[in-house]
Amino acid sequence: MRGANYVIKRLVFAVLTVFIAVTINFALFRLAPGSAVTNLARVPHATPEIRLALKRQFGLDKSKWQQYVIYLQQLPRGNLGISFANSQPVSSNLRTALINTLPMVLLGTIFAIVLGTLTGVLAAWRRGTAAESATVTTALGFYSMPTHWLGLMLVILFAGVLPTGGMSNEFLINPPFWAHVKDLAEHIALPSLTLGLVLYGEYTLIVRSAMLETLGEDYVLTARAKGLKPWAILRRHALRNAMLPIATLVALSLGYIVAGAILIETVFSWPGIGRAVYDAVLQRDYPMLQGAFLLLTISVVFFNLVADLLYFKLDPRITE
Amino acid sequence: MSVALREPGAVIEQEPIRSRRGIVWQAIRRRPSATVGALVLLVIVLAAVFAPVLAPYGLHEQVGPVFGPPSWQHPLGLDDGGIDMVTLLMWGARISLIVGFAATLVSMVIGGFVGVAAGYFGGKVDTILMRITDYFLVIPDVPLMIVVAAIWGPSLFHIVIVIGILLWTSTARVIRAQVKSVRERVYVKRARALGAGHMRIVFRHVLPQVAPLLIANTVLTIAVAIFDETALSFLGLGDPSRISLGKVIENAFERAAISTGAWWAIVPPGALVAVIILSCSLIGGAIEDALNPRLRVAHLSARSFRLRPLVGRSPESV
Repeated sequence: MRGANYVIKRLVFAVLTVFIAVTINFALFRLAPGSAVTNLARVPHATPEIRLALKRQFGLDKSKWQQYVIYLQQLPRGNLGISFANSQPVSSNLRTALINTLPMVLLGTIFAIVLGTLTGVLAAWRRGTAAESATVTTALGFYSMPTHWLGLMLVILFAGVLPTGGMSNEFLINPPFWAHVKDLAEHIALPSLTLGLVLYGEYTLIVRSAMLETLGEDYVLTARAKGLKPWAILRRHALRNAMLPIATLVALSLGYIVAGAILIETVFSWPGIGRAVYDAVLQRDYPMLQGAFLLLTISVVFFNLVADLLYFKLDPRITE
Repeated sequence: MSVALREPGAVIEQEPIRSRRGIVWQAIRRRPSATVGALVLLVIVLAAVFAPVLAPYGLHEQVGPVFGPPSWQHPLGLDDGGIDMVTLLMWGARISLIVGFAATLVSMVIGGFVGVAAGYFGGKVDTILMRITDYFLVIPDVPLMIVVAAIWGPSLFHIVIVIGILLWTSTARVIRAQVKSVRERVYVKRARALGAGHMRIVFRHVLPQVAPLLIANTVLTIAVAIFDETALSFLGLGDPSRISLGKVIENAFERAAISTGAWWAIVPPGALVAVIILSCSLIGGAIEDALNPRLRVAHLSARSFRLRPLVGRSPESV
C-alpha cells in the first residue's frame, strides 16, 4: 500500500520528538536557579527540618535520575505535578485554561483563513493591478505589527464600545440566555479580531503565491482556451489545486496559535493557556510552566503530523 | 545586430558580469517597495546609531509632566516618567536593533555552519544534522524562549542567545539546499580535482554563491529577532536596565498609558517596530524573488511552510 511506510516514519518521528521535548522539559527546569523548596520555604527562618520535609514532599530528595524516571512514569497517567501557585494539579489547571482558549483561538483562526483566502485569491487573480498591491501591502502591514501592540491599538479604538478584558461580565448574575450570549460574544470579539488580523497576512501571502503558481499551469491556459468563464476557471481549476498548500498551512498553523495566544491573552486578561503561561512566569510556577510547555509542544508536533499526512493524502505525486 | 557584420578587430563589448553583491542591490532597486523599505531602514538605523548625538534630550532626563501631551518641543509627547518620546524611541530602536543584529549573528553562525556542513558533506552528516534541525523546527520556540528566559533571568545577553539558538533552523535549511546544488557544479568539481581542501572549496567557491540568499535570510531573521525581543519584553522577560522598543511598549502598558489616554506613549514604539519589520520583509522578499521566483512556493515540501504566527515569524514564509 502506498504510504504505509511513510505514515510509520512520520509517527515514529512524532513520538521521538515528544520524547525529546519531555526530556528537555525535565532538564530545563532542573537547571533553574533555586529549587521548588527555596521558593516555597519563604517563611523567614525556615528550619532545615522544614526544608527537608518540603523536599521530601516534592520528591526533591531523590537523585535527578530517579526524578526523571518518576516523571516519565507519571506522565502517561496525566500527572503533571502540583502547581506552586494554587496547589492544584497542573493538569486540571491546564484543562480549564485550554477550554477557555479554544473558542477565542478558533474564531480568530477561521476569520483569518476566510479573509486571507479571499484577499490572497483576489491578489493573484488581479495580478499587477492596484488591487493586488493594496491587498498585499495591507496584509504585510498587519503581518509586521507586534501582536500585543495591535491588541492595544484595538483597545484604544474600541474602548467604551466593547469590553477590553476578561471572558464575561462578572457582575451579570443569572442573566437571561441571550443576554449571556451577547455578553460572551462582546468579550470574545476583540481578542479574536486581534488574532485574526495578525494571522491573515500570512494566509494572504501564501494563498497568493499558491494561486499564482496554479494560474501559470498549462491546464489553466487550456481552460481559458476552451472559453470557460473566469469564475469557473478560478473555482474549478485554479483554487482546487491551490488548496493543497493552503490545507497544509491551516493544519500547521493550528499547532502554533495556542502558543501565539500568549500575547493576546495577556493584553485582554483572557483566562486561557497563554495567560496561564504568563502568570506562571511571573510567579516562577515551574510545574505549571513545565506542563504548559509540554502541552504546547505536543500540540505543535501533533498538527505537524496532521499536516504531513494531509499533504501526503492530498498530493498523489508524493511517493515518499 | 549579428556578429558577422562586425569589422575585424572591433572590440566586442562584453555584457558586464553582475557581481553577486550586484544582484542584491539590483533586486532592491528594481522593486520600488523594497527601495522604500531600504531607505526607511537606513534612516532608522542611522537615527539609532547616532542616538547619543542626535537625541534632543537625555534618556533619563525628566523634561516635563508625566504623560505630557505632544507639543512643539516634544512632537511625540512624554512618557510616564516625563521623558521625551522621540529620545526614547531613538535609544529604544538602538537596543532593539542591537538585539536583532546580535541574535541574527548567532543564528547565522549556527545555521550557516549546520547548513554548509550538511549540504557539503552529505551522507550521514547530512542525515544527522537535518534530523536535529527537524526537531528544532517542531519544538515551539515561543514557549521555549519564555521558559528559558524565565529560568535564566532577564538580561540582554540571554535574550540574544535564546533568540539566536532558536532561529537558526530556516537558515540551515536554505543554505543546505543551495550548497547541495552548488557542490555538484563543474567548477567545484574542478577545484576539488586541482586539490583544493574542504575549507577552500567552501569559503572560495560555495559560500560566495550562497551569499545573496544568505543576505535575504539575514534580513528576514533580523525582523523575527526584533519581533521576538518585543514579545519577550512585553511579557516582562526583557532586560530591565536596557530600554528597547519592546520595553517602551511594556512600560506604557504597565503604567496605564491607555486608560490615561496617553496614546502617544504607546502608538509610536509599536508602529516603529512594525515599520522596521515591514522594511526587512520587503527587502528580504525582493532579494528572494529576484534569486528564485519559485523558491517560496515550495510546493513539494510541506515543511517549508514553517509557521510562527503571532510571535516570531519564519523568514521562509514571508
